[in-house]
Amino acid sequence: METLEQIVARARAAVPDAQLEIVPNDSPSGQRSLLVDPSHALALARWLREDPALRLDYCSNVTGVDWPEVERVEKVRVKKLVEGVEKEVEETRKVRSGGYLEAVYHLYSMERRHGPVILRMRTENRSDRVQLPSLTPVWRSAEFQEREIYDLFGIVFEGHPDLRRILMWDGFKDHPMRKDYVEPDDYEWEPTPHDAVLEKAQKHTLRQPAQG
Amino acid sequence: MDEGLRSELQKQGIFVTTLEELYNWGRRNSMWPLSFGLACCAIEMIATSMARWDLARFGAEVFRPSPRQADLMIVAGTVTKKMAPQVVRLYNQMPEPKYVIAMGACAISGGPFKQGYNVLKGIDRYIPVDVHIPGCPPRPEALLHAILTLQEKIAAESLDGPRRPRALRAEAPSEFPVPEYGEHDLVPPKNTAIWQPPKLVR
Repeated sequence: METLEQIVARARAAVPDAQLEIVPNDSPSGQRSLLVDPSHALALARWLREDPALRLDYCSNVTGVDWPEVERVEKVRVKKLVEGVEKEVEETRKVRSGGYLEAVYHLYSMERRHGPVILRMRTENRSDRVQLPSLTPVWRSAEFQEREIYDLFGIVFEGHPDLRRILMWDGFKDHPMRKDYVEPDDYEWEPTPHDAVLEKAQKHTLRQPAQG
Repeated sequence: MDEGLRSELQKQGIFVTTLEELYNWGRRNSMWPLSFGLACCAIEMIATSMARWDLARFGAEVFRPSPRQADLMIVAGTVTKKMAPQVVRLYNQMPEPKYVIAMGACAISGGPFKQGYNVLKGIDRYIPVDVHIPGCPPRPEALLHAILTLQEKIAAESLDGPRRPRALRAEAPSEFPVPEYGEHDLVPPKNTAIWQPPKLVR
């Protein structure tokens, strides 16, 4: 299969105006992925499936990722003029990252027997602008998995044929796989609570001291 | 009736019994389980009913597809919060006298999924359970043992007095409230009339 850079170069020609970006991966697998802006995602997905050299006709997995907004403090070495002499000085900078939800598609080709190409889309934020285009019209196998992402992460897939909750019931309000999900206070008892369960137990007894 | 007299009479070819014993003998040797399974424990339940373990030896092989014809509910597998109201409703639809076996770690406590957002912490929060079988999943022998334990329990029941079963008590409920789907959890999260967390003594 072509490298991701080659795919990006050809995709830019095939789908003009699409903002494509290669997302690096520092883990041992080193699987880099292709980030596409939501407005051109459907066109790019069609191209990935139809292109004779790629023919990515099989979407094996769709998953969601929650990236809450985090502020990291980074130390950067900057050259500065201090009292007329150029010196290297350490400066701290605040770096903001995250604050969006992500849908990740793993694409393979049955015909060409290659893959995977990993496709990512990001929402604008995590609260009200969480729409992404559904890729179910391109890969039918994404239907239930997009429903699952809608259920657990709250990404709204526009153009999905049947977007309902799949695991939780319809009246359920939360999205349990989000990092800021607050589970109901359902602690009952534990013979030897420890770690996270102990924390849960203490919170529960603070809230309802009478029942214990 | 005196045990010694009965065995003496039996030696003479006279068989004596009580109506109570006859009634319990009939009931305990023809338990019809409701045929439904929720997860991997159901595979062990199916294996138990097949030729190798042969549940038919204990008279419990007739798995009924309708709750109206079943005496025994084997809750085999993980009860999710989405499934729990249906399980309680099936139990309510069963005629008395009815019994429940909670099979496997998930059905008795939520098992490995206990702290999860969509798994019930044990079916005994909503319906009374007669026999709990630990295991993940329990072996077919464990289910057979549970059936035998339940048979002993039925044999010890009497038609009158304090040992009579729930079915013969007018004040005891035979139906239990079905939980509703709430916005964050099942409402109510547990039926406190039949289940209370154990008091820890340290």
